[in-house]
Amino acid sequence: MNAPLPALVTDATATADDTTAAAPAPAGPDAPSADQRAQRRAQVVAELAPLLPAHALLSRSEDTVPYECDGLTAYRQQPLVVVLPETEDQVAAVLRACDRLGVPVVARGAGTGLSGGALPHALGVTLSLAKFNRILKVDVLARTATVQCGVRNLAISEAAAPYGLYYAPDPSSQIACSIGGNVAENSGGVHCLKYGLTVHNVLRVRGYTGQGEPVEFGSEALDAAGLDLMSVLVGSEGMLAVVTEVTVKLVPKPLLARCIMASFDDIRQAGDAVANVIAAGIIPAGLEMMDKPMTAAVEDFVHAGYDLNAQAILLCESDGTPEEVAEEIGRMLDVLAGSGASRMEVSKDEAQRLRFWSGRKNAFPASGRISPDYMCMDSTIPRRRLADILLAIGEMEKKYGLRCANVFHAGDGNLHPLILFDANDPDQLHRCELFGADILETSVAMGGSVTGEHGVGVEKLSSMCVQFSDAEREQMTAVKRAFDPAGLLNPGKVIPTLVRCAEYGRMHVKRGLLPFADIPRF
Amino acid sequence: MMDPTVRSPDANPGPRLDTRITDPALRILIDQVEAARAAGAQLRIRGGGTKDFYGEPPQGEILDTTVLEGISSYEPTELVVTARCGTSLATLEAALAEKNQYLPFEPPHFGPGSTVGGMVAAGLSGPPRASVGAVRDYVLGATLLNGRAEVLSFGGQVMKNVAGYDVSRLLAGSLGTLGVILEVSLKVLPLAPATATVRFELAQISAMQKINEWSGLPLPINASAWWDGMLVVRLRGALAAVQSALVALGGDVIEPTQAIAFWRGLRNQSDEYFVKARQAVEQGGALWRLSVPPTAPPLAVTGEQLIEWGGAQRWLCSAAPADSVRDAAMRVGGHATLFMSNDKSAGAFAPLRAPLDRIHRELKKSFDPQGVFNPGRLYPDL
Repeated sequence: MNAPLPALVTDATATADDTTAAAPAPAGPDAPSADQRAQRRAQVVAELAPLLPAHALLSRSEDTVPYECDGLTAYRQQPLVVVLPETEDQVAAVLRACDRLGVPVVARGAGTGLSGGALPHALGVTLSLAKFNRILKVDVLARTATVQCGVRNLAISEAAAPYGLYYAPDPSSQIACSIGGNVAENSGGVHCLKYGLTVHNVLRVRGYTGQGEPVEFGSEALDAAGLDLMSVLVGSEGMLAVVTEVTVKLVPKPLLARCIMASFDDIRQAGDAVANVIAAGIIPAGLEMMDKPMTAAVEDFVHAGYDLNAQAILLCESDGTPEEVAEEIGRMLDVLAGSGASRMEVSKDEAQRLRFWSGRKNAFPASGRISPDYMCMDSTIPRRRLADILLAIGEMEKKYGLRCANVFHAGDGNLHPLILFDANDPDQLHRCELFGADILETSVAMGGSVTGEHGVGVEKLSSMCVQFSDAEREQMTAVKRAFDPAGLLNPGKVIPTLVRCAEYGRMHVKRGLLPFADIPRF
Repeated sequence: MMDPTVRSPDANPGPRLDTRITDPALRILIDQVEAARAAGAQLRIRGGGTKDFYGEPPQGEILDTTVLEGISSYEPTELVVTARCGTSLATLEAALAEKNQYLPFEPPHFGPGSTVGGMVAAGLSGPPRASVGAVRDYVLGATLLNGRAEVLSFGGQVMKNVAGYDVSRLLAGSLGTLGVILEVSLKVLPLAPATATVRFELAQISAMQKINEWSGLPLPINASAWWDGMLVVRLRGALAAVQSALVALGGDVIEPTQAIAFWRGLRNQSDEYFVKARQAVEQGGALWRLSVPPTAPPLAVTGEQLIEWGGAQRWLCSAAPADSVRDAAMRVGGHATLFMSNDKSAGAFAPLRAPLDRIHRELKKSFDPQGVFNPGRLYPDL
């Protein structure tokens, strides 16, 4: 039976007494009062305390404050309580209790997400799965690993390494991010074009429904009976089920990898070179681009030997057997030279290859050195529009009076523009947000998506209004309801409410930024 | 009734400008769905009808998807093709072949009429599935006509896209139960420079051991099949990689034209094993598809087996009771589909356990609240 409770806050950006949300999250009209929160907290603690060891239930403000945000630090919200269960039975018991009380549950892995997917709910429980950190089985012959959800991405590859195997998706945060979080976000990395995303590399997920029932999606076979629920679970940002255990595919580690660093004097030539590589029938293991401002920032940081005069640098990697790599590198060099590369260098050994990559992998910290703050965007576009979007971003720099450095997973058409600003200046923050929204909407207008791999979370809720129609978003809401009828799993994320989209639309029309508002739908 | 091709100007701009369907044939399909809704009737979504035998028996008035056909966009440098549901699979594959690209999962053609929509709805993948992935792994986006006669687009034409739930991949294998797949965007790949096929005389246990060992090595293993004491392996990749793998594996190299015919026969189920299986089905037998972990031991069932996907897909032609076949698959962590039989009273697909059964019913309701589409095709009560 449901206890009496204050109105559920369905918009995750709503603030509360101990909320320190940055400017984009105005206090919602439904934000609970401090009294409501205290009363609710006491109720929840009383209900959960018998289910968990004392150290696994945190409710004092100083204990829950470390959980107030994930990798997107601009949004903060302290949860009512944090639970750190150690067994699946405890997870199930917590979920059943929360279901009874009607308390929202926000599952949390390593907290490295970049879109606020693990932002706590003002009246909710944050369910940390950090203690689920055991590798349960590496099956060498079947090439699978079964691990608990809190196992770090890189730890899986480390456990598989003695057998010549590894787990392919490698998000930049792979040292820290957990496989459960990867499943929630459908994480990518720099090798997706050739090796796929999380959804392509996960066989089976075990977890719990919002009501605390155990559930398994997929299987150790290559498919499962019925609808392919796994494909919709992966990337659902903790809104359909709580994941506790994952079976992933392992693939043979290539014998060798070599990387070409190619310079271009012209952005358009670099963009065309990417298309030309693909057109030549080559699927590079990695294909990344950095523009001149980014190159300057990272070279100063890592001293990788980047060409500081180039307008754009491409990193193009081949992996496989030594013969295969030699053959492919030769073909890649021909295409890049034919596309107008002004300078090309092939890594001679592993140390040099890693040096080439060091700048790309350190793009974010390097940006932190040249600007007090930066906002990382994550849209995708068709590859052929790479130069167009770069030039458009160049125009936006003038329009909004802010600098932007660009790194791309060029092979996937996935952009990570880093808008540089100073958060202490409210006007800069405001302009930065408009700049970011402009990039996302331009990406959608070019046939792309508002998020390639970081997820929607709370950050891109408004952008979802641009990419999807009311009926499409309503269908997504209905999908959530099918898995989670009570709507208690990570409510307020991913799918914006109709009201929010209507408001966002009005704001846009006022700003005159809404692209193609009057074009026909089909 | 509002013209579906025009949106009210105050609505948000829709996604993916270049996937918008302008074909007047869309109107025909929407009208038919609206009429069925109004009449409380049910529709049986049908393309070429080449997979009518698959799943539970089709019911309802035919909704013919072949009226909506054609390749909407194809940009080889993007590795993406977008095609309408009624496009013939052969036409699509010919267009890709012209640009030296292909659908790497090699979907079956059970007849010349196979369509793109049917391929996605059935979700069946061919011999290379274990190494390259399934249909759903190549679905990047889809436009769907749901049971409320709404046209919805999910996913897109880009490789990476995590905006909202990935509804488009869910459509692969949904057997039309969630709606009419109007248009899909698929990832395609360049044809590999080299292919070779080798065979080994091996009993089942050693064959399965070998193929799984090899699959864990950096070798370009692309497909495998075992039947009657013979393991056949296809290598595909860079020329240097295929050549060195041929040396490493040994075995008898099968001459290319013969090899191409062999894999085509397997893919389209026109080879000797499947011809015999269909004869057995005529005489009251059944063809089962068992999906199991690749390293599962030989199954304790009687009947003739052909094993694909490195051990993960086992075809079984047998007259054994359905329960015993389903048990054998379940005991090793898999499931059994009654693929072809004149008697499907045992259910075409393995039954779902709670809470998956509930989620299936709720999902169906969320897309098709009145149960207009393909009633009972996936499960009798769905």
